[in-house]
Amino acid sequence: MKQCLKQFVNGLIKENPTFVLMLGMCPTLATTTSATNAVGMGLTTTVVLVLSNILISMLRKVIPDKVRIPAFIVVIASFVTIVEFLLKAYLPGLNESLGIYIPLIVVNCIILGRAEAFASKNPVLPSAFDGIGMGLGFTLGLTCIGVFRELLGAGEVFGIRVMPASYEPLAIFVMAPGAFFVLAMLTALQNKLKLKSATNVPGGMEKLACGGNCAACNGKECTANHALLDQIKEKKAAEEAAKKEALIKAAAEKKAAAEAAAAGKEEA
Amino acid sequence: MKELLLIAIGAALINNVVLSQFLGLCPFLGVSKKIKTAAGMGAAVIFVITIASAVTSLLYDGILLRFDLEYMKTILFILVIAALVQLVEMALKKMSPALYSALGVYLPLITTNCAVLGIALTNVQNGYGLLTGVVNGFATAVGFAISIVILAGIRERMEHSNIPKAFQGMPIVLIAAGLMAIAFSGFAGLQIGG
Repeated sequence: MKQCLKQFVNGLIKENPTFVLMLGMCPTLATTTSATNAVGMGLTTTVVLVLSNILISMLRKVIPDKVRIPAFIVVIASFVTIVEFLLKAYLPGLNESLGIYIPLIVVNCIILGRAEAFASKNPVLPSAFDGIGMGLGFTLGLTCIGVFRELLGAGEVFGIRVMPASYEPLAIFVMAPGAFFVLAMLTALQNKLKLKSATNVPGGMEKLACGGNCAACNGKECTANHALLDQIKEKKAAEEAAKKEALIKAAAEKKAAAEAAAAGKEEA
Repeated sequence: MKELLLIAIGAALINNVVLSQFLGLCPFLGVSKKIKTAAGMGAAVIFVITIASAVTSLLYDGILLRFDLEYMKTILFILVIAALVQLVEMALKKMSPALYSALGVYLPLITTNCAVLGIALTNVQNGYGLLTGVVNGFATAVGFAISIVILAGIRERMEHSNIPKAFQGMPIVLIAAGLMAIAFSGFAGLQIGG
């Protein structure tokens, strides 16, 4: 149970897919025109993620290692198709506004990434919780961006007017350029506050599997980021400690030299 | 003919795949450091998307529609695209080593590019046939190549400029992309066919 909870918190906060790992950028920018759409997309992805994590974890001993990626893709694509049908039947409005981005959940690298990095190596229950945590973390990230864009672009949040009537909506924020600007501001804020994220690792983002070269990322290296960040931190701390020691040593030597010189003077 | 031209201009400029539809954002931000690599990526994307839209369009009309299996399209398309990229890579290696050495490194990266699946699905959604689908795919990919090369050019310039510390790295690239999106939204004013 403890491990399940740990996985849940890990996905939600420590390795938040949107802000820390910066995965799944396409839906992040495309479907956040309003907070409602963002929540819808986030929850749809969560459902697919949890189901695929559970099934892949169940099948982890059956799937041969060599064909695991195609096998994962088939599992994910099947669940996406099922979820698409359910949305069409029960939430046609949401289905309409998300449009092509629902089938495109298949290529969202968070899902394949979690399948490869976690579900294919762990038992069912922790995998399910990993899916829930990661999915809700993704939802949280999308909602954050969606709320900002809707607030600035339409003066509303979840369709409820919050800005005074005199506020003139900046329509650009619900259009395509606004998505880039809001995400730019949020990542700049992260840089400023020196929060953990794929973009502000000392030593450049090339070292990160997903932050530097998303195109090459098939998700399996997502988890390595955390270890990398810790490693860099440790290295830095060690360097600083060594520097301090050297300083102390130098000071001590200087002192000794001065004392020796003073002693020499006295003798003379 | 006129209709095809309209589709092509619409796909390449007005509804630019990256800047207004947000497809293929990962390579757009990831492989746009140098103009040369960006151009290579753009060429590889044009190549793969054109072939993929032809193949998926044929499969959809020939198999899925005939047997009432439209709901299988997501599964079929992603598998076909993944297999196709592998095949194209092998064929290029054998038949045209020169082209392979130019595009080779970018080919495997394209499977994860959501623009490829996105175009295949848009073609089906809009009911495009084989020819229209291929034109739409090709034009969309050209739009991708144009925007990634422009962004790479901007980024090469930015290397030497003095950027506020908090904006270094990803944020300034996103802002540049946003400004490009504003510029491209100007194409929406094109009165074509009118």
